[in-house]
Amino acid sequence: MSIKKHVKMGLSALALSVSFHAMAAEDPIKVGILHSLSGTMAISETALKDTMLMLIEKQNAEGGVLGRKLQPVVVDPASNWPLFAERARELLEREKVDVIFGNWTSVSRKAVLPVVEELNGLLFYPVQYEGEESSENVFYTGAAPNQQAIPAVDYLKNDLGVERWVLAGTDYVYPRTTNRILETYLKDQGVADADIMINYTPFGHSDWQSIVSDIKSFGSAGKKTAVVSTINGDANVPFYRELGNQGVSASDIPVVAFSVGEQELSGIDTAPLVGHLAAWNYFMSVDNDANYDFIDAWVEFSGDEKAVTNDPMEAHYIGFNMYIEAVKKAGTTDVDAIKDAIIGVAVPNLTGGIATMMPNHHITKPVLIGEIQDNGQFSVVWETPSTVAGDAWSDFLPGSKDLISDWRAPLRCGNFNVVTGKCGGSSDVATN
Amino acid sequence: MSIFRLLAGLALAWCLALGPAVATAQVQDNTAQTLLQQLAAANDAQKSVVLKQIAESGDERARSWLEAFAGGRLATVKSSGYVVLVTNNTGRNWQVASAVTGDSMGEMSRRELDSIRVNNALRSQVEGILSVVDLTVADHRTRRAAARHLLGRVDTVTAPLIEERLGVEENDRVRDLLANALAIHQLEQGDINAIEQLSGSLNARVRAALNNAASSDDPAVVAAAEQALASIEQKLKMNRAAETLYFGLSLGSVLVLAAIGLAITFGVMGVINMAHGELIMLGAYTTWGMQQLFPGQPGLALILSIPAGFMVAALAGIIIERSVIQHLKGRPLETLLATFGISLILQQLVRTVISPLNRTVVTPEWMSGSIMINEALSLTLNRLYVIGFALVVFAGLMLIMRRTRLGLEVRAVTQNRAMARSMGIKATKVDIMTFALGSGVAGLAGVALSQITNVGPNLGQNYIIDSFMVVVFGGVGNLWGTLVAGLTLGTINQILEPWAGAVLAKIMVLVLIILFIQKRPRGLFPQKGRAAEG
Repeated sequence: MSIKKHVKMGLSALALSVSFHAMAAEDPIKVGILHSLSGTMAISETALKDTMLMLIEKQNAEGGVLGRKLQPVVVDPASNWPLFAERARELLEREKVDVIFGNWTSVSRKAVLPVVEELNGLLFYPVQYEGEESSENVFYTGAAPNQQAIPAVDYLKNDLGVERWVLAGTDYVYPRTTNRILETYLKDQGVADADIMINYTPFGHSDWQSIVSDIKSFGSAGKKTAVVSTINGDANVPFYRELGNQGVSASDIPVVAFSVGEQELSGIDTAPLVGHLAAWNYFMSVDNDANYDFIDAWVEFSGDEKAVTNDPMEAHYIGFNMYIEAVKKAGTTDVDAIKDAIIGVAVPNLTGGIATMMPNHHITKPVLIGEIQDNGQFSVVWETPSTVAGDAWSDFLPGSKDLISDWRAPLRCGNFNVVTGKCGGSSDVATN
Repeated sequence: MSIFRLLAGLALAWCLALGPAVATAQVQDNTAQTLLQQLAAANDAQKSVVLKQIAESGDERARSWLEAFAGGRLATVKSSGYVVLVTNNTGRNWQVASAVTGDSMGEMSRRELDSIRVNNALRSQVEGILSVVDLTVADHRTRRAAARHLLGRVDTVTAPLIEERLGVEENDRVRDLLANALAIHQLEQGDINAIEQLSGSLNARVRAALNNAASSDDPAVVAAAEQALASIEQKLKMNRAAETLYFGLSLGSVLVLAAIGLAITFGVMGVINMAHGELIMLGAYTTWGMQQLFPGQPGLALILSIPAGFMVAALAGIIIERSVIQHLKGRPLETLLATFGISLILQQLVRTVISPLNRTVVTPEWMSGSIMINEALSLTLNRLYVIGFALVVFAGLMLIMRRTRLGLEVRAVTQNRAMARSMGIKATKVDIMTFALGSGVAGLAGVALSQITNVGPNLGQNYIIDSFMVVVFGGVGNLWGTLVAGLTLGTINQILEPWAGAVLAKIMVLVLIILFIQKRPRGLFPQKGRAAEG
């Protein structure tokens, strides 16, 4: 082998390594998308996956971030809770994603939580939930109970004069915890035991006849009655249909729902439901240019003129923008750097306000109460004057009211007990 | 607010009663526009004042404005502040018309429009104004609806108006409702004599009024109200029992429909078909497909989907039978696994080809709402139709099995295959026909279920376990058993549900069946004779 050849090889090796280096800098930022595309939750989660793809596409069209493109990695946990944990592990270990956007139900989040904490990943969770949780690795861009349930109950009590309460929910962790918070809250306010009726039904329940009939007779006791519904998923469609058929009108017994959005209503004729309520932090009908732009982009992306937007989609919009801002601020996608950088990041939401990431990994949101219209949209009838910061630990549950969460240095604690002054204090409010 | 309601009512009533000859008192167009713009600019409290002004204006368009407002169909054009009627409010562009002239103004983007906010209280106020007016119209059904609406909503100002109407009202039921509405008002004023009028009524608002009276300060009123409530409670008990029975029959008929196809494929042929639920789903999707073919005619589409749903599911059944099940004859475990695989394939197929999202199946006008037997008991129409449909399907199936050559051959082949074949019956053909029949009936169940539950890829999964339960409970191979078992399980479930909750009731029913099977392993109606032994 001649020297010339050696030099040539050395040069090409150098060139190779240089180009490899250049490529490394151009490495895309991998964004894991962990939403069910099949099974019972597909109805809600498929739209969120598409929302993420749309946001990534838009960001890439604007040149990505830090000169790097974003690359979506989509997996399908198939509405199977243990599979969520497996897929999350796969995303973090094999795909080495920089961040995960995903989950809908609380059970699936609970399944993913230990994996994300063990492998030090980042998870943005976009759905309203029951609270009583704070993880260093999870950012909750949906509403905590004090950003949805409590204001809604206040509205019913103060503005509509409701004195009798039906708490109806699907039988799993979110409705049970939310209802426990609401029950304590109502009793603190002097509501008698006899004026609260609690009912749980399984996922996908379709025979609502006797429950609606029960609600009707519960509501004929003379006091103004309202139903607070944490019924989840597609069980809502037959529930509302039965309400309409049995003639329960919003002026007699209003139903306020925490899990019914535009997506769920697109499955029913809403004419008999006009006036029933929902509490969210975003409605598609909100009159705001940023919102109209988002709707236009969504309709174009999905290719469906009738496509609707909803609250968890806005949460992903906010979460994604916050992540991008945090990456810009930190100048890297390193998980620990992002965790520090993202606190305090403020981005516009779609309702004309600003969402800020709080030290407890929850964000500030306005609370809106909307009434169902005959076109399947909500019209806002009440809103908080300003945004409300999410509270990880409810002030209305005995074990959790002394806890706070603050992930800034030097505290860095998700459940700091302000009475004992210790981190990891009482959290006997286990969210079964 | 109440005084406005009266004035508004009087003005409108006067206007409507005297007819167009006098009602030419039309406000000037720009005055009208000003009124509407005031409505747009007002807060909730001011809105109710403006609403009253609109009603009082005596304008013949006032009714359409009020209705549009209550329906959230009034909007302001942002650039001009002009108030328009929204005639179509779906999608990103709305069709609008001038609120004053009613002329179409074409489409406008939602960005340009600002909807005028309405809420339950304001909607209630508008309904109140319109109800008082509606008491004078010719159609007695409208009058009845208006009178029912006034129950519990009468106040000192509307009371004399109701009293006056009571004098001239001819329809008994309307008069009764008006009398009750008036009595509720009098009771609220502390008039003990009003209780007598109310004591017979089963209406929920009347009960609410009596309950309120029972917690008042006057002991005489409390006693009378409690007595009235006790007598109402007595009547209600009967109605509640009837209602539970109806709920039970309705749930039962759904179970029967879902299970009856399985009673043929599993019961008669002995094939464990885990894809039965997906055949139901196909029937439901056929209904959706037919409604897409006939937009705007949901009733016609639904009726046409009965044969179509049958055909689609039967065809799918034939394909499944020919491609898989016939090769696994006599190997139940493998059949179970293979058909389970088919069920997953069908589900995912629907997810990929159509959509993972649920599809909207429209309920035709004649199937929504309910028939009111009395104030406390009303039967929901969609369920009533399903009960009827289940019985018709059952009768049809019995007829086929008992009275046709196919039925005879099916029974012959299942009782003794070899013997039947030696008599010249083509057993393979009979297998295909039987499986097609069972699958087709599953398709029919899907058509019916599309009116009750969600049409989505998971529809079948929700019914497969229940279907097997019904067939096993009723006795394998016996159609009557399936009918009785379905209705029984439905009724037991609905009796348990109110006090045990939906989750526990289901568990209890399951435990009940397991215990029952321990005692009678062959179900309610076991097959007898040599055929059953083999």
